[in-house]
Amino acid sequence: MGRSISLPYAAKFAASRADLPGGDLSWLTSGRNAAMARFLELGLPSQDAEDWKYSNLSPLAKTDFTGPNQKAVDLARDEVAQRFPKDSAAGRLVFINGILDSSLSVLDNLPTGVRVIGLADAMTAESDLLKAEMDAMPLLNGHALAALNAAFMADGGLIILEPKAELALELLFVAAPDICAVAYHPHISITAGAGSRLALREQHASLGDTEYWSNSVTAMRLSEAAQVRHYKLQEESGRAWQTALTKASLAAGATYENFIVTTGGRYSRNEIEIVLEGKDAFCELGGSFLLAGEQQVDNRLQVDHIAANCTSRQVYKGVLNERSHGVFQGKTIVHRDAQKSDGNQLSRALLLSPDAIMDAKPELEIYADDVKCSHGATVGELDSEQMFYLRARGIDEASARSLLIAAFMEEHLQSITDDAARDWLRGAVSAWLQKPLSGGAS
Amino acid sequence: MLEINGLSVSVAGKEILKDFNLSVAAGEVHAIMGPNGSGKSTLSYVLAGREGYDITAGSVTYRGQDLLALKPEMRAREGLFLAFQYPVEIPGVGSTTFFKTAVNAIRKHRGEKEFDAMEFLKIMREKRDELGISEEMMRRALNVGFSGGEKKRNEVLQMALLEPYLAVLDETDSGLDIDALRVAADGINSLRSPERTMIVITHYQRLLEYVVPDYVHVMADGKVVRSGGKELALELEEKGYSGVGDKAEAAA
Repeated sequence: MGRSISLPYAAKFAASRADLPGGDLSWLTSGRNAAMARFLELGLPSQDAEDWKYSNLSPLAKTDFTGPNQKAVDLARDEVAQRFPKDSAAGRLVFINGILDSSLSVLDNLPTGVRVIGLADAMTAESDLLKAEMDAMPLLNGHALAALNAAFMADGGLIILEPKAELALELLFVAAPDICAVAYHPHISITAGAGSRLALREQHASLGDTEYWSNSVTAMRLSEAAQVRHYKLQEESGRAWQTALTKASLAAGATYENFIVTTGGRYSRNEIEIVLEGKDAFCELGGSFLLAGEQQVDNRLQVDHIAANCTSRQVYKGVLNERSHGVFQGKTIVHRDAQKSDGNQLSRALLLSPDAIMDAKPELEIYADDVKCSHGATVGELDSEQMFYLRARGIDEASARSLLIAAFMEEHLQSITDDAARDWLRGAVSAWLQKPLSGGAS
Repeated sequence: MLEINGLSVSVAGKEILKDFNLSVAAGEVHAIMGPNGSGKSTLSYVLAGREGYDITAGSVTYRGQDLLALKPEMRAREGLFLAFQYPVEIPGVGSTTFFKTAVNAIRKHRGEKEFDAMEFLKIMREKRDELGISEEMMRRALNVGFSGGEKKRNEVLQMALLEPYLAVLDETDSGLDIDALRVAADGINSLRSPERTMIVITHYQRLLEYVVPDYVHVMADGKVVRSGGKELALELEEKGYSGVGDKAEAAA
């Protein structure tokens, strides 16, 4: 596995363990201890590790992160309420610095057959249910940051849909200024029963330009013919670190659609691992990233085709300005019994500046013989003929650039099934384009 | 309205236009003919302001301004229009959105009120009906999936919407069958006016049967080798380019 980096923040675990919720649950305490031991063994991933070769996490080891402070959370509440009003009929979990805010969250009037409980609340009131749910989730062994999350997790959500149940849910994560740089580890656990449908809208934002580290884990299990649509808007502060891991297992006929728009964050890791366990399962992983300055996003996707007849799509498109850095690492593994698998991967990036960097590594590993798989990656600049055509019609250079970038993204946004979610995410793309683009604009 | 004096232009070190001269008055229609490689398209791109052309000598004065000092978008806003020989496909940009953006950019520059969506759709409907362009075509992305004829008619539609003072039509007839040619020519003719000047670039005499020019110029090897009235086009049709001018012969 190579060299790893030691993380001083991890040493705070012993001292902060007493403040973490669920201290009276022996299974949880031993789970936290084991997770910390695992993390200490693995260390913070270094660039020697293949999956992390494009990401330099060493600044995390040089920052003095602390746990969230209730006072800062209380001070931020009014501004969060004002800046992020609830505007849909969906249920809502609102987290400030990773701590569930019950006054801003909306969990009444949820449909029948649905349970949504804050993770800290579940540790207190529903510990048996929580244990059963967590035990059933796909394992995250060998993942250092998932181990760190399991050790430090203070809050999050336990979401359960009984068979045929339907739920629309928003998860809002807001970072609020604190005295020190805060680290938090949201943990979301989702069980989608047979034939159930979940529309999940996840948003990450911040109040002000603060430095923090959000290290989240979302684990989910989709039973037969369950459908989860998971849309995420990542507009963290320009100084924020975000490392997010989503792992889902899909039973026969289940569908998982994920689309992530990333415009924020100093560094973002969007990591998704999907296991297609039952036949005819389908997953579509889409992403758009629009970055500038020194921003970096590292998108790592892995889809394991275990059962036959499953389909997976991975399509990521990026626009990189100034010195920003985009990464696409997509891996599709077709296991021996996964005949008739259909998998494809595509990475496309538009570089707006000679200093921007795109690293694309689409990979297929195929052990079955009757499969249809493809992959591709393109990196390019704005098309000069298209630019000239637009300008020759009186459209100024900056507007022509915006029009072409929006067009590049619009094609991709069209793949989002849910109309309202598409409008929501398109709004974030448009907002990014409204900002003046440097480099060539007059 | 347009004075081109001693214009020499190189592309990647190769001289394409050589001491080119042309004078065009308001309201006139000039045809520029010539064999492939004579520099006709280079002339159209240089007038519209495309990058990659080195002006090594000469000047272009357009309506009293130094045209070559203007960016492409400013030339368009000042009323210069190039109908492209090969209109560019732009996936993801809706035709209607593009037209409205272009028309309003030019109206704004002229100090006219910008059209709102309803006003614009009404005007566009009138103009596209005249050119036999369907509403369905306008719902597609710009030029994407258009046939050759549709692309050319789309260029003429843009000219009608943008109301230029100087239109440069670069091989608008190429790739058109006779019916499509007639529709495009009718569109062009309906835009002829005392305030509008046209430079019609074409390889064949065919278009000029419908769009009858006031003057015909023959280009060869980067310059005008012969000028005359509309009858010159007929002579070319009969004798071919090799019979026109010594230099033309050498270049052909």
